[in-house]
Amino acid sequence: MTAHAATMWTQPAVLMLRRVLAMLVRYALLLKNSWTRIFELIYWPSIQMVLWGFISVFLRQNSSWVAQAAGVLIASVLLWDVLFRGQLGVSVSFMEEMWSRNLGHLFTTPLRPLELAVALMAMSLIRTLIGTIPAALLAIPMYQFSIFTLGLPLIAFFANLLIFGWALGLMLSGLILRFGQSAESLAWLAVFLLAPVSAIYYPVEILPGWLQAIAWALPSAHVFEGMRAAMFDHVVRLDHLASAVALNAVYMVLGAAAFLFAVRVARQRGLFLNMGE
Amino acid sequence: MNEAPVIEVAGLTKRFGDVLAVDGIDFTVARGSVTALLGGNGAGKTTTISMLLGLLLPTAGTMRVLGEDMVRHRYRVLPRMNFTSPYLDLPHRLTVRENLSVYGHLYGLPDVRGRVGQLARDLQLGDFIDREAGKLSAGQKTRVALAKALLNTPDLLLLDEPTASLDPDTADWVRGYLETFRKAAGASVLLASHNMGEVERLCDQVLMLRAGKIVDRGSPAALIQKYGRRNLEEVFLDIARKRGIGALDQAAQ
Repeated sequence: MTAHAATMWTQPAVLMLRRVLAMLVRYALLLKNSWTRIFELIYWPSIQMVLWGFISVFLRQNSSWVAQAAGVLIASVLLWDVLFRGQLGVSVSFMEEMWSRNLGHLFTTPLRPLELAVALMAMSLIRTLIGTIPAALLAIPMYQFSIFTLGLPLIAFFANLLIFGWALGLMLSGLILRFGQSAESLAWLAVFLLAPVSAIYYPVEILPGWLQAIAWALPSAHVFEGMRAAMFDHVVRLDHLASAVALNAVYMVLGAAAFLFAVRVARQRGLFLNMGE
Repeated sequence: MNEAPVIEVAGLTKRFGDVLAVDGIDFTVARGSVTALLGGNGAGKTTTISMLLGLLLPTAGTMRVLGEDMVRHRYRVLPRMNFTSPYLDLPHRLTVRENLSVYGHLYGLPDVRGRVGQLARDLQLGDFIDREAGKLSAGQKTRVALAKALLNTPDLLLLDEPTASLDPDTADWVRGYLETFRKAAGASVLLASHNMGEVERLCDQVLMLRAGKIVDRGSPAALIQKYGRRNLEEVFLDIARKRGIGALDQAAQ
Protein backbone atom coordinates (compact mmCIF):
# COMPACT_ATOMS: atom_id res chain seq x y z
CA MET A 1 0.00 0.00 0.00
CA THR A 2 1.34 3.45 -0.90
CA ALA A 3 1.96 6.11 1.75
CA HIS A 4 -0.80 8.25 0.22
CA ALA A 5 -3.32 5.41 0.34
CA ALA A 6 -2.33 4.60 3.91
CA THR A 7 -2.85 8.25 4.91
CA MET A 8 -6.25 8.36 3.24
CA TRP A 9 -7.34 5.23 5.10
CA THR A 10 -6.50 6.80 8.45
CA GLN A 11 -8.28 10.18 8.08
CA PRO A 12 -10.71 10.72 11.02
CA ALA A 13 -13.86 10.80 8.86
CA VAL A 14 -12.73 7.72 6.93
CA LEU A 15 -11.90 5.93 10.17
CA MET A 16 -15.38 6.67 11.50
CA LEU A 17 -16.95 5.30 8.34
CA ARG A 18 -14.69 2.25 8.46
CA ARG A 19 -15.74 1.51 12.04
CA VAL A 20 -19.42 1.72 11.15
CA LEU A 21 -18.89 -0.44 8.06
CA ALA A 22 -16.83 -2.94 10.06
CA MET A 23 -19.74 -3.42 12.46
CA LEU A 24 -22.18 -3.65 9.57
CA VAL A 25 -19.99 -6.32 7.96
CA ARG A 26 -19.82 -8.13 11.31
CA TYR A 27 -23.66 -8.33 11.48
CA ALA A 28 -23.98 -9.17 7.80
CA LEU A 29 -21.48 -12.04 8.19
CA LEU A 30 -23.47 -13.34 11.12
CA LEU A 31 -26.55 -13.39 8.94
CA LYS A 32 -24.70 -14.87 5.96
CA ASN A 33 -23.27 -17.66 8.10
CA SER A 34 -26.71 -18.74 9.32
CA TRP A 35 -29.43 -19.58 6.80
CA THR A 36 -31.89 -20.21 9.65
CA ARG A 37 -31.67 -16.54 10.63
CA ILE A 38 -32.39 -15.43 7.07
CA PHE A 39 -35.28 -17.90 6.88
CA GLU A 40 -36.71 -16.57 10.14
CA LEU A 41 -36.49 -12.99 8.86
CA ILE A 42 -38.59 -13.89 5.83
CA TYR A 43 -40.89 -16.42 7.53
CA TRP A 44 -42.87 -14.26 9.98
CA PRO A 45 -43.71 -11.32 7.70
CA SER A 46 -44.77 -13.74 4.95
CA ILE A 47 -46.97 -15.79 7.28
CA GLN A 48 -48.57 -12.63 8.66
CA MET A 49 -49.22 -11.37 5.16
CA VAL A 50 -50.80 -14.65 4.05
CA LEU A 51 -53.03 -14.72 7.12
CA TRP A 52 -54.19 -11.13 6.76
CA GLY A 53 -54.57 -11.60 3.02
CA PHE A 54 -57.21 -14.28 3.54
CA ILE A 55 -58.92 -12.18 6.20
CA SER A 56 -58.97 -9.33 3.65
CA VAL A 57 -60.51 -11.54 1.01
CA PHE A 58 -63.23 -12.55 3.43
CA LEU A 59 -63.86 -9.00 4.70
CA ARG A 60 -63.88 -7.51 1.22
CA GLN A 61 -66.99 -9.58 0.57
CA ASN A 62 -68.55 -8.81 3.93
CA SER A 63 -67.38 -5.32 4.89
CA SER A 64 -68.13 -2.18 2.94
CA TRP A 65 -65.21 -0.42 4.65
CA VAL A 66 -62.59 -2.91 3.52
CA ALA A 67 -64.25 -3.19 0.12
CA GLN A 68 -63.54 0.51 -0.49
CA ALA A 69 -59.80 -0.13 -0.56
CA ALA A 70 -58.73 -3.61 -1.44
CA GLY A 71 -55.53 -4.52 0.25
CA VAL A 72 -55.75 -2.00 3.10
CA LEU A 73 -55.27 -4.73 5.70
CA ILE A 74 -52.37 -6.28 3.78
CA ALA A 75 -50.72 -2.86 3.51
CA SER A 76 -51.30 -2.37 7.23
CA VAL A 77 -49.68 -5.65 8.20
CA LEU A 78 -46.73 -5.11 5.87
CA LEU A 79 -46.08 -1.60 7.21
CA TRP A 80 -46.54 -2.74 10.81
CA ASP A 81 -43.85 -5.28 10.13
CA VAL A 82 -41.53 -2.48 9.03
CA LEU A 83 -41.89 -0.93 12.48
CA PHE A 84 -41.55 -4.27 14.27
CA ARG A 85 -38.59 -5.48 12.17
CA GLY A 86 -36.96 -2.05 12.39
CA GLN A 87 -37.03 -2.19 16.18
CA LEU A 88 -36.11 -5.86 16.34
CA GLY A 89 -33.24 -5.35 13.88
CA VAL A 90 -31.57 -2.92 16.27
CA SER A 91 -32.31 -4.87 19.46
CA VAL A 92 -31.37 -8.32 18.15
CA SER A 93 -28.09 -7.16 16.62
CA PHE A 94 -27.24 -5.53 19.93
CA MET A 95 -28.17 -8.68 21.83
CA GLU A 96 -25.86 -10.67 19.53
CA GLU A 97 -23.01 -8.69 21.08
CA MET A 98 -24.22 -9.51 24.57
CA TRP A 99 -24.73 -13.19 23.80
CA SER A 100 -21.22 -13.47 22.36
CA ARG A 101 -19.70 -11.52 25.29
CA ASN A 102 -18.19 -9.13 22.76
CA LEU A 103 -19.24 -5.74 24.15
CA GLY A 104 -16.13 -5.49 26.32
CA HIS A 105 -13.96 -5.94 23.24
CA LEU A 106 -15.96 -3.43 21.21
CA PHE A 107 -15.89 -0.71 23.83
CA THR A 108 -12.12 -0.93 24.18
CA THR A 109 -11.66 -0.22 20.48
CA PRO A 110 -11.95 3.30 19.06
CA LEU A 111 -15.60 2.50 18.19
CA ARG A 112 -17.90 5.16 19.70
CA PRO A 113 -21.31 4.17 21.08
CA LEU A 114 -23.04 6.36 18.50
CA GLU A 115 -21.11 4.64 15.70
CA LEU A 116 -22.31 1.32 17.05
CA ALA A 117 -25.85 2.73 17.06
CA VAL A 118 -25.51 3.80 13.43
CA ALA A 119 -24.29 0.32 12.48
CA LEU A 120 -27.21 -1.26 14.37
CA MET A 121 -29.65 0.95 12.48
CA ALA A 122 -28.06 0.21 9.12
CA MET A 123 -28.28 -3.51 9.86
CA SER A 124 -31.89 -3.06 10.91
CA LEU A 125 -32.64 -1.57 7.48
CA ILE A 126 -31.07 -4.60 5.78
CA ARG A 127 -32.95 -7.07 8.00
CA THR A 128 -36.22 -5.22 7.46
CA LEU A 129 -35.81 -5.26 3.69
CA ILE A 130 -34.94 -8.97 3.72
CA GLY A 131 -38.05 -9.65 5.79
CA THR A 132 -40.65 -7.45 4.17
CA ILE A 133 -39.79 -7.41 0.44
CA PRO A 134 -40.51 -11.14 -0.12
CA ALA A 135 -43.82 -10.79 1.74
CA ALA A 136 -44.76 -7.72 -0.32
CA LEU A 137 -43.89 -9.51 -3.55
CA LEU A 138 -45.80 -12.62 -2.48
CA ALA A 139 -48.95 -10.53 -1.98
CA ILE A 140 -49.01 -9.61 -5.68
CA PRO A 141 -49.75 -13.08 -7.13
CA MET A 142 -51.68 -14.29 -4.08
CA TYR A 143 -54.07 -11.37 -3.56
CA GLN A 144 -53.54 -9.17 -6.62
CA PHE A 145 -52.39 -6.41 -4.30
CA SER A 146 -49.13 -4.54 -4.71
CA ILE A 147 -48.14 -2.21 -1.91
CA PHE A 148 -45.78 -0.57 -4.39
CA THR A 149 -48.79 1.08 -6.08
CA LEU A 150 -48.77 3.52 -3.17
CA GLY A 151 -45.87 5.17 -4.97
CA LEU A 152 -43.73 7.85 -3.32
CA PRO A 153 -45.81 8.04 -0.12
CA LEU A 154 -44.79 4.43 0.52
CA ILE A 155 -41.19 5.58 0.90
CA ALA A 156 -42.31 8.19 3.45
CA PHE A 157 -44.38 5.61 5.36
CA PHE A 158 -41.54 3.10 5.29
CA ALA A 159 -38.91 5.62 6.40
CA ASN A 160 -41.01 6.98 9.26
CA LEU A 161 -41.90 3.55 10.61
CA LEU A 162 -38.31 2.35 10.28
CA ILE A 163 -36.95 5.40 12.11
CA PHE A 164 -39.53 4.99 14.88
CA GLY A 165 -38.46 1.33 15.09
CA TRP A 166 -34.81 2.43 15.39
CA ALA A 167 -35.66 4.82 18.21
CA LEU A 168 -37.55 2.08 20.07
CA GLY A 169 -34.73 -0.38 19.35
CA LEU A 170 -32.12 1.94 20.83
CA MET A 171 -34.25 2.52 23.94
CA LEU A 172 -34.81 -1.22 24.38
CA SER A 173 -31.11 -1.97 23.79
CA GLY A 174 -30.33 0.50 26.55
CA LEU A 175 -32.77 -1.27 28.87
CA ILE A 176 -31.34 -4.68 27.98
CA LEU A 177 -27.81 -3.41 28.60
CA ARG A 178 -28.88 -2.01 31.96
CA PHE A 179 -30.96 -4.97 33.17
CA GLY A 180 -29.27 -7.85 31.35
CA GLN A 181 -30.77 -11.03 30.00
CA SER A 182 -33.86 -10.78 32.17
CA ALA A 183 -34.94 -7.83 30.04
CA GLU A 184 -34.34 -9.52 26.68
CA SER A 185 -37.96 -10.53 26.19
CA LEU A 186 -38.75 -6.81 25.99
CA ALA A 187 -37.16 -6.81 22.56
CA TRP A 188 -39.98 -9.01 21.26
CA LEU A 189 -42.83 -7.73 23.43
CA ALA A 190 -42.47 -3.99 23.89
CA VAL A 191 -43.52 -2.88 20.43
CA PHE A 192 -46.84 -4.73 20.76
CA LEU A 193 -47.74 -2.38 23.60
CA LEU A 194 -47.93 0.30 20.95
CA ALA A 195 -49.94 -1.76 18.47
CA PRO A 196 -53.43 -0.94 19.85
CA VAL A 197 -52.73 2.79 19.85
CA SER A 198 -50.89 2.84 16.52
CA ALA A 199 -54.23 2.48 14.71
CA ILE A 200 -52.80 -0.14 12.39
CA TYR A 201 -56.05 -1.72 11.24
CA TYR A 202 -58.61 0.91 12.31
CA PRO A 203 -58.80 4.72 12.46
CA VAL A 204 -57.61 6.61 15.54
CA GLU A 205 -61.12 8.05 15.97
CA ILE A 206 -62.51 4.75 17.23
CA LEU A 207 -60.19 4.86 20.25
CA PRO A 208 -61.42 6.39 23.52
CA GLY A 209 -60.47 10.07 23.87
CA TRP A 210 -57.56 9.56 26.25
CA LEU A 211 -56.09 6.84 24.06
CA GLN A 212 -56.43 9.09 21.00
CA ALA A 213 -54.15 11.60 22.74
CA ILE A 214 -51.56 8.84 23.19
CA ALA A 215 -52.01 7.66 19.60
CA TRP A 216 -51.34 11.12 18.17
CA ALA A 217 -48.08 11.23 20.14
CA LEU A 218 -46.84 8.23 18.13
CA PRO A 219 -45.40 8.56 14.60
CA SER A 220 -46.93 5.18 13.77
CA ALA A 221 -50.52 6.41 14.20
CA HIS A 222 -49.84 9.28 11.80
CA VAL A 223 -48.31 6.91 9.27
CA PHE A 224 -51.26 4.49 9.34
CA GLU A 225 -53.76 7.36 9.11
CA GLY A 226 -51.74 8.69 6.17
CA MET A 227 -51.73 5.26 4.58
CA ARG A 228 -55.52 4.95 4.83
CA ALA A 229 -55.95 8.45 3.41
CA ALA A 230 -53.79 7.46 0.45
CA MET A 231 -55.68 4.21 -0.11
CA PHE A 232 -59.26 5.32 0.58
CA ASP A 233 -59.20 8.95 -0.52
CA HIS A 234 -56.18 8.93 -2.83
CA VAL A 235 -54.69 11.96 -1.08
CA VAL A 236 -51.31 12.54 0.51
CA ARG A 237 -51.86 13.92 4.01
CA LEU A 238 -48.85 16.17 4.51
CA ASP A 239 -50.06 17.11 7.99
CA HIS A 240 -49.73 13.50 9.14
CA LEU A 241 -46.38 13.20 7.38
CA ALA A 242 -45.04 16.35 9.05
CA SER A 243 -46.28 15.17 12.46
CA ALA A 244 -44.63 11.78 11.99
CA VAL A 245 -41.31 13.38 11.00
CA ALA A 246 -41.37 15.81 13.94
CA LEU A 247 -42.28 13.09 16.43
CA ASN A 248 -39.60 10.82 15.02
CA ALA A 249 -37.00 13.54 15.57
CA VAL A 250 -38.02 13.66 19.23
CA TYR A 251 -38.06 9.85 19.61
CA MET A 252 -34.68 9.48 17.92
CA VAL A 253 -33.12 11.97 20.33
CA LEU A 254 -34.74 10.11 23.24
CA GLY A 255 -33.61 6.72 21.86
CA ALA A 256 -30.02 7.84 21.35
CA ALA A 257 -29.95 9.51 24.77
CA ALA A 258 -31.32 6.36 26.45
CA PHE A 259 -28.72 4.22 24.67
CA LEU A 260 -25.83 6.53 25.60
CA PHE A 261 -27.06 6.78 29.17
CA ALA A 262 -27.20 2.98 29.43
CA VAL A 263 -23.63 2.72 28.10
CA ARG A 264 -22.52 5.18 30.76
CA VAL A 265 -24.33 3.24 33.50
CA ALA A 266 -22.71 0.04 32.18
CA ARG A 267 -19.31 1.71 32.51
CA GLN A 268 -20.12 2.76 36.06
CA ARG A 269 -21.33 -0.69 37.09
CA GLY A 270 -18.87 -2.83 35.17
CA LEU A 271 -21.59 -4.50 33.11
CA PHE A 272 -19.46 -5.00 30.01
CA LEU A 273 -17.45 -7.75 31.69
CA ASN A 274 -20.38 -9.45 33.37
CA MET A 275 -22.77 -10.31 30.63
CA GLY A 276 -23.16 -13.09 28.14
CA GLU A 277 -24.55 -16.53 27.57
CA MET B 1 12.85 9.94 23.77
CA ASN B 2 9.72 10.25 25.91
CA GLU B 3 10.41 8.59 29.25
CA ALA B 4 7.09 9.56 30.89
CA PRO B 5 5.32 6.53 32.38
CA VAL B 6 2.75 4.87 30.15
CA ILE B 7 0.41 4.48 33.11
CA GLU B 8 0.12 6.91 36.02
CA VAL B 9 -2.53 6.04 38.59
CA ALA B 10 -3.23 8.14 41.69
CA GLY B 11 -5.81 7.44 44.39
CA LEU B 12 -7.70 5.11 42.06
CA THR B 13 -10.84 3.86 43.76
CA LYS B 14 -13.79 1.77 42.64
CA ARG B 15 -16.77 1.11 44.83
CA PHE B 16 -19.69 -1.16 43.87
CA GLY B 17 -22.35 -0.30 46.44
CA ASP B 18 -20.93 -1.40 49.78
CA VAL B 19 -18.00 -3.24 48.20
CA LEU B 20 -14.73 -1.37 47.86
CA ALA B 21 -13.15 -3.24 44.96
CA VAL B 22 -10.16 -0.94 44.49
CA ASP B 23 -9.09 1.22 47.41
CA GLY B 24 -7.10 4.31 46.51
CA ILE B 25 -4.17 2.71 44.70
CA ASP B 26 -1.19 4.60 43.26
CA PHE B 27 1.31 3.23 40.77
CA THR B 28 3.15 3.94 37.57
CA VAL B 29 4.22 1.67 34.73
CA ALA B 30 7.44 2.65 33.01
CA ARG B 31 7.65 2.74 29.25
CA GLY B 32 8.80 -0.56 27.80
CA SER B 33 8.42 -2.43 31.07
CA VAL B 34 6.27 -5.38 32.13
CA THR B 35 4.34 -4.90 35.36
CA ALA B 36 2.31 -7.59 37.09
CA LEU B 37 -0.78 -7.17 39.20
CA LEU B 38 -0.76 -10.05 41.66
CA GLY B 39 -3.40 -10.95 44.17
CA GLY B 40 -5.98 -13.53 45.09
CA ASN B 41 -9.45 -13.71 43.62
CA GLY B 42 -11.32 -10.49 44.34
CA ALA B 43 -8.14 -8.54 45.07
CA GLY B 44 -9.03 -5.93 42.44
CA LYS B 45 -6.83 -6.93 39.49
CA THR B 46 -9.54 -7.19 36.83
CA THR B 47 -11.32 -4.11 38.16
CA THR B 48 -8.08 -2.12 37.86
CA ILE B 49 -7.45 -3.33 34.32
CA SER B 50 -11.06 -2.57 33.35
CA MET B 51 -10.69 0.99 34.58
CA LEU B 52 -7.45 1.41 32.68
CA LEU B 53 -9.21 0.21 29.53
CA GLY B 54 -12.05 2.69 29.99
CA LEU B 55 -14.58 -0.14 30.43
CA LEU B 56 -15.25 0.92 34.00
CA LEU B 57 -15.48 4.41 35.45
CA PRO B 58 -13.57 4.95 38.68
CA THR B 59 -15.35 6.24 41.76
CA ALA B 60 -12.38 8.47 42.58
CA GLY B 61 -8.79 9.06 41.59
CA THR B 62 -7.00 9.78 38.35
CA MET B 63 -5.57 7.60 35.58
CA ARG B 64 -3.31 8.81 32.83
CA VAL B 65 -2.62 6.29 30.10
CA LEU B 66 -0.07 7.10 27.40
CA GLY B 67 -0.20 10.68 28.61
CA GLU B 68 -3.99 11.08 28.41
CA ASP B 69 -6.68 11.28 31.06
CA MET B 70 -8.41 7.93 30.56
CA VAL B 71 -11.78 9.11 31.85
CA ARG B 72 -12.02 12.19 29.66
CA HIS B 73 -9.98 11.37 26.58
CA ARG B 74 -9.93 7.62 26.22
CA TYR B 75 -10.58 7.71 22.48
CA ARG B 76 -7.23 9.42 21.98
CA VAL B 77 -5.38 6.41 23.38
CA LEU B 78 -7.62 3.41 22.67
CA PRO B 79 -6.14 3.03 19.16
CA ARG B 80 -2.72 2.56 20.85
CA MET B 81 -3.83 0.00 23.45
CA ASN B 82 -5.23 -3.49 23.40
CA PHE B 83 -5.97 -6.34 25.78
CA THR B 84 -6.97 -9.92 26.35
CA SER B 85 -9.40 -11.11 28.98
CA PRO B 86 -10.70 -14.54 29.97
CA TYR B 87 -14.07 -12.90 30.64
CA LEU B 88 -14.68 -11.93 27.02
CA ASP B 89 -14.98 -13.85 23.78
CA LEU B 90 -14.83 -13.05 20.12
CA PRO B 91 -18.12 -13.71 18.29
CA HIS B 92 -18.44 -17.47 18.00
CA ARG B 93 -20.18 -17.64 14.66
CA LEU B 94 -17.62 -15.62 12.75
CA THR B 95 -14.44 -17.25 11.55
CA VAL B 96 -11.11 -16.26 13.04
CA ARG B 97 -10.23 -14.34 9.86
CA GLU B 98 -13.58 -12.53 9.84
CA ASN B 99 -13.22 -11.58 13.49
CA LEU B 100 -9.69 -10.29 13.06
CA SER B 101 -10.64 -8.35 9.93
CA VAL B 102 -13.56 -6.66 11.70
CA TYR B 103 -11.28 -5.65 14.56
CA GLY B 104 -8.59 -4.55 12.14
CA HIS B 105 -11.03 -2.06 10.63
CA LEU B 106 -12.27 -0.98 14.07
CA TYR B 107 -8.66 -0.13 14.95
CA GLY B 108 -8.26 1.67 11.62
CA LEU B 109 -5.33 -0.37 10.34
CA PRO B 110 -4.11 0.80 6.94
CA ASP B 111 -3.61 -2.75 5.63
CA VAL B 112 -5.97 -5.10 7.45
CA ARG B 113 -5.47 -8.10 5.19
CA GLY B 114 -1.69 -7.84 5.39
CA ARG B 115 -1.69 -7.50 9.18
CA VAL B 116 -4.07 -10.43 9.67
CA GLY B 117 -1.90 -12.54 7.38
CA GLN B 118 1.24 -11.57 9.29
CA LEU B 119 -0.31 -12.42 12.67
CA ALA B 120 -1.66 -15.68 11.28
CA ARG B 121 1.91 -16.65 10.37
CA ASP B 122 3.49 -15.35 13.59
CA LEU B 123 0.93 -16.96 15.89
CA GLN B 124 0.45 -20.08 13.75
CA LEU B 125 -3.26 -19.57 13.14
CA GLY B 126 -3.13 -20.96 9.60
CA ASP B 127 -4.76 -24.30 10.36
CA PHE B 128 -7.88 -22.76 11.82
CA ILE B 129 -8.07 -19.20 10.54
CA ASP B 130 -11.18 -20.02 8.49
CA ARG B 131 -12.85 -21.94 11.30
CA GLU B 132 -15.61 -20.38 13.42
CA ALA B 133 -14.20 -18.88 16.62
CA GLY B 134 -16.66 -20.88 18.71
CA LYS B 135 -15.22 -24.18 17.46
CA LEU B 136 -11.65 -23.64 18.66
CA SER B 137 -9.82 -25.35 21.50
CA ALA B 138 -8.76 -23.35 24.57
CA GLY B 139 -5.21 -23.04 23.26
CA GLN B 140 -6.37 -21.92 19.83
CA LYS B 141 -8.73 -19.39 21.39
CA THR B 142 -5.88 -17.96 23.44
CA ARG B 143 -3.73 -17.54 20.35
CA VAL B 144 -6.62 -15.85 18.50
CA ALA B 145 -7.24 -13.56 21.49
CA LEU B 146 -3.56 -12.68 21.43
CA ALA B 147 -3.73 -12.00 17.70
CA LYS B 148 -6.66 -9.65 18.28
CA ALA B 149 -4.71 -7.96 21.08
CA LEU B 150 -1.68 -7.43 18.83
CA LEU B 151 -3.59 -6.34 15.70
CA ASN B 152 -2.88 -2.65 16.21
CA THR B 153 0.70 -3.25 17.43
CA PRO B 154 -0.23 -1.60 20.73
CA ASP B 155 2.09 0.63 22.74
CA LEU B 156 0.35 -0.66 25.84
CA LEU B 157 -0.90 -4.21 26.24
CA LEU B 158 -3.12 -5.20 29.15
CA LEU B 159 -3.28 -8.92 29.72
CA ASP B 160 -5.71 -10.44 32.20
CA GLU B 161 -4.58 -14.01 32.93
CA PRO B 162 -3.25 -14.56 29.40
CA THR B 163 -2.25 -18.18 30.00
CA ALA B 164 -5.11 -19.31 32.23
CA SER B 165 -6.45 -22.76 31.28
CA LEU B 166 -3.55 -23.45 28.90
CA ASP B 167 -1.37 -26.54 29.02
CA PRO B 168 2.23 -25.84 30.08
CA ASP B 169 3.59 -26.17 26.56
CA THR B 170 1.14 -23.70 25.01
CA ALA B 171 1.49 -21.34 27.98
CA ASP B 172 5.26 -21.35 27.59
CA TRP B 173 4.92 -20.65 23.88
CA VAL B 174 2.59 -17.69 24.59
CA ARG B 175 5.05 -16.26 27.13
CA GLY B 176 7.87 -16.58 24.65
CA TYR B 177 5.86 -14.83 21.98
CA LEU B 178 4.92 -12.00 24.33
CA GLU B 179 8.58 -11.48 25.24
CA THR B 180 9.52 -11.35 21.57
CA PHE B 181 6.72 -8.93 20.75
CA ARG B 182 7.54 -6.60 23.63
CA LYS B 183 11.19 -6.40 22.71
CA ALA B 184 10.49 -5.90 19.01
CA ALA B 185 7.70 -3.33 19.42
CA GLY B 186 9.01 -1.60 22.55
CA ALA B 187 5.58 -2.05 24.08
CA SER B 188 4.68 -1.81 27.74
CA VAL B 189 2.68 -4.58 29.38
CA LEU B 190 0.43 -4.70 32.42
CA LEU B 191 -0.29 -8.28 33.34
CA ALA B 192 -2.68 -9.84 35.83
CA SER B 193 -1.80 -13.42 36.54
CA HIS B 194 -2.00 -16.22 39.07
CA ASN B 195 1.01 -17.93 37.55
CA MET B 196 4.02 -16.92 39.64
CA GLY B 197 6.54 -18.55 37.32
CA GLU B 198 5.15 -16.46 34.49
CA VAL B 199 5.45 -13.28 36.52
CA GLU B 200 9.02 -14.07 37.57
CA ARG B 201 9.97 -14.73 33.98
CA LEU B 202 8.27 -11.75 32.32
CA CYS B 203 7.94 -8.91 34.79
CA ASP B 204 10.14 -6.02 35.85
CA GLN B 205 7.77 -4.85 38.57
CA VAL B 206 5.16 -6.58 40.70
CA LEU B 207 2.24 -4.88 42.45
CA MET B 208 0.82 -7.04 45.23
CA LEU B 209 -2.90 -6.46 45.71
CA ARG B 210 -5.04 -7.53 48.62
CA ALA B 211 -8.63 -6.39 49.22
CA GLY B 212 -8.25 -3.60 46.68
CA LYS B 213 -5.04 -2.15 48.13
CA ILE B 214 -1.46 -2.39 46.95
CA VAL B 215 0.21 -4.02 49.93
CA ASP B 216 3.69 -4.33 48.47
CA ARG B 217 5.62 -3.71 45.29
CA GLY B 218 9.01 -4.24 43.74
CA SER B 219 10.84 -6.40 41.26
CA PRO B 220 10.27 -10.17 41.60
CA ALA B 221 13.87 -10.64 42.83
CA ALA B 222 13.58 -7.78 45.33
CA LEU B 223 10.31 -9.11 46.74
CA ILE B 224 11.70 -12.63 47.07
CA GLN B 225 14.70 -11.25 48.90
CA LYS B 226 12.60 -8.92 51.06
CA TYR B 227 10.36 -11.73 52.25
CA GLY B 228 13.23 -14.17 52.56
CA ARG B 229 11.57 -16.71 50.26
CA ARG B 230 12.76 -19.00 47.51
CA ASN B 231 10.25 -17.86 44.90
CA LEU B 232 7.40 -15.48 44.21
CA GLU B 233 4.76 -18.07 45.00
CA GLU B 234 5.90 -18.16 48.62
CA VAL B 235 5.87 -14.37 48.72
CA PHE B 236 2.34 -14.41 47.28
CA LEU B 237 1.20 -16.85 49.98
CA ASP B 238 2.75 -14.71 52.71
CA ILE B 239 0.87 -11.70 51.49
CA ALA B 240 -2.40 -13.46 50.67
CA ARG B 241 -2.45 -15.09 54.12
CA LYS B 242 -1.49 -11.80 55.75
CA ARG B 243 1.80 -13.13 57.05
CA GLY B 244 4.45 -10.50 57.56
CA ILE B 245 7.96 -10.50 56.15
CA GLY B 246 9.84 -13.57 57.40
CA ALA B 247 6.78 -14.87 59.29
CA LEU B 248 7.21 -18.32 57.85
CA ASP B 249 10.78 -18.52 59.12
CA GLN B 250 9.69 -17.36 62.55
CA ALA B 251 6.97 -19.98 62.62
CA ALA B 252 9.51 -22.63 61.63
CA GLN B 253 11.79 -21.57 64.47
